[in-house]
Amino acid sequence: MSLELDVRVPERDVEAALTVADGETLAVLGPNGAGKSTLLAVMAGLVRPRHGRVVLDGRELTVAGVGRSVHVPPHDRRTALLGQEPLLFPHLSALDNVAFGARSAGAARRESRERAQGWLDRLGVGELSGRRPGQLSGGQSQRVAVARALAADPRVLLLDEPMAALDVDVAPAMRQLLRGVLADRTVVLVTHDVLDALLLADRVVVLEAGRVVEEGPATEVLSRPRSPFAARLAGLNLVEGTWTGEEVRSDWGSAVRGLASGPVPQPGDRVVATFRPHAVAVYRAPVTGSPRNSFAVTVTGLEPLGDLVRVRAVAGGQGGQGLAADVTVQSVAALELAAGQQVTFSVKATEVAVYPL
Amino acid sequence: MRLPRWVFVPAAVGAAFVLLPLVAIVARVDWASFGDLITSESSRAAFVLSLQTSAASTVLCVLAGVPMAAVLARTEFRGQGVVRSLVLLPLVLPPVVGGLALLYTFGRRGLLGESLDALGVQVAFSTVAVVMAQTFVALPFLVISIEGALRTAGERYEVVAASLGARPTTVFRRITLPLVLPGLLSGAVLAFARALGEFGATITFAGSLQGVTRTLPLEIYLQRETDPDAAVALALVLVVVAVLVIGLARQSRSAL
Repeated sequence: MSLELDVRVPERDVEAALTVADGETLAVLGPNGAGKSTLLAVMAGLVRPRHGRVVLDGRELTVAGVGRSVHVPPHDRRTALLGQEPLLFPHLSALDNVAFGARSAGAARRESRERAQGWLDRLGVGELSGRRPGQLSGGQSQRVAVARALAADPRVLLLDEPMAALDVDVAPAMRQLLRGVLADRTVVLVTHDVLDALLLADRVVVLEAGRVVEEGPATEVLSRPRSPFAARLAGLNLVEGTWTGEEVRSDWGSAVRGLASGPVPQPGDRVVATFRPHAVAVYRAPVTGSPRNSFAVTVTGLEPLGDLVRVRAVAGGQGGQGLAADVTVQSVAALELAAGQQVTFSVKATEVAVYPL
Repeated sequence: MRLPRWVFVPAAVGAAFVLLPLVAIVARVDWASFGDLITSESSRAAFVLSLQTSAASTVLCVLAGVPMAAVLARTEFRGQGVVRSLVLLPLVLPPVVGGLALLYTFGRRGLLGESLDALGVQVAFSTVAVVMAQTFVALPFLVISIEGALRTAGERYEVVAASLGARPTTVFRRITLPLVLPGLLSGAVLAFARALGEFGATITFAGSLQGVTRTLPLEIYLQRETDPDAAVALALVLVVVAVLVIGLARQSRSAL
């Protein structure tokens, strides 16, 4: 067991517990303002929780609200933090930026620089070592920043959306590179990008409103999401409700039929039904026919999605259940779809997966 | 944005008001004896004393002002706003009042002066007093300049440095100071200029003793009565130094 955290930060409405095993990469997913960065700040020692503990390799880094108090200062926790912006020290060369951690730990200048050069080489920016941060592109700067964080030899690497500020054309290369260097490190990665979670993380935690709402292996969470946020990330429609034995009685009134899988739910159990927007057909008139689920919805918007159009709609009236359907451009034209229109979304029961919450 | 035309009129009047007196000084200089006037024994003594004391007070300002600015910019405590205002008080205080205040603190009968006197230390009316008076009036310039630079630089780099394992002293030395160096330089130049021009606090607290406490502004004031030509020549020297200082400050700011 490497990192354990169980804290309450009432000022930011965060109350969460999580663990990261030695050598594991944990992705913390969640919408903006869910408290992801607060958790990192607590781990890094920048925010002191009102209550709880942070333990790294059996060493208490933070203890609060249990009659005693421990607060190891940020520089003594061995938790290197890397955010969206590289924040390279502007007055130091790339090489000296990377050598900074070792120098601060008391290593000799020459040795620190040699090791720093090694890290820059590994991150593919070895030839830029003499440059000042002002002379580096965004992607290059972030690579140097990753090298700097790794060179500090942290026990846990804390990454706060490290690819969010990068151009779309450099992010994939950066992700590939991170995949290599993070492989056997203990990492906590805050992101809201599904690819980061799939490619970099062993396990994910979904945070909503400061609470952990879902947790598990990345592929499991994204293929069988239980929270609206994870479903949105995975690009799935998610309907929560109660299992009657035959169908899901949704909280907004409709019934959804589907195939129950995994542990078979008992009548009365809380379950979710998920289905892909691609499996949803759109009609102007109500549809009947037993194997199909159909929902009367109001279109709220249309967005281009490759060669398809994503039709966003809401069922069950104002503030009701959001649903999405992916249809061809031709269908949009034929159906004369526009925001505000009443239409029917239809999906085959065989396309709907039902599993317990 | 396009300015209304009438704005240029008061702006030009204001600029003329600042520049004309400088022209008047230059016009009034007796160039034939200029060299002799500024190299007379009393002039040289005043000039050297001014440079020495201003340099010393600038060093003192940096040594005390940087930590003061750091505390003001990087910490939070009750009454911080009041403390900041009081620290910056010498900016708006008439220097002669500052001199009196120093006299009643460090003078022979002052708050600390009596104890110092008992130890055989007398600061009033000495070169040390000149440096103290100059430091008193110049310190706020440095504090303001560095506090602004610290706030602009923000704490983000310091947080990163700490997360890389750097102790607070290392962060301060290797990150904080280099980041505010341009602000430090321009603050030091401003403080030096303010110290160089110091008159009221100096004459009140340190007196006017040639070679000991009579700095250039005091010398000019004194010469004005007996030898106006010498006063004008020395005044021009101070103008030139001030122009150089402004040039330096601009350069250190644009170096950022």
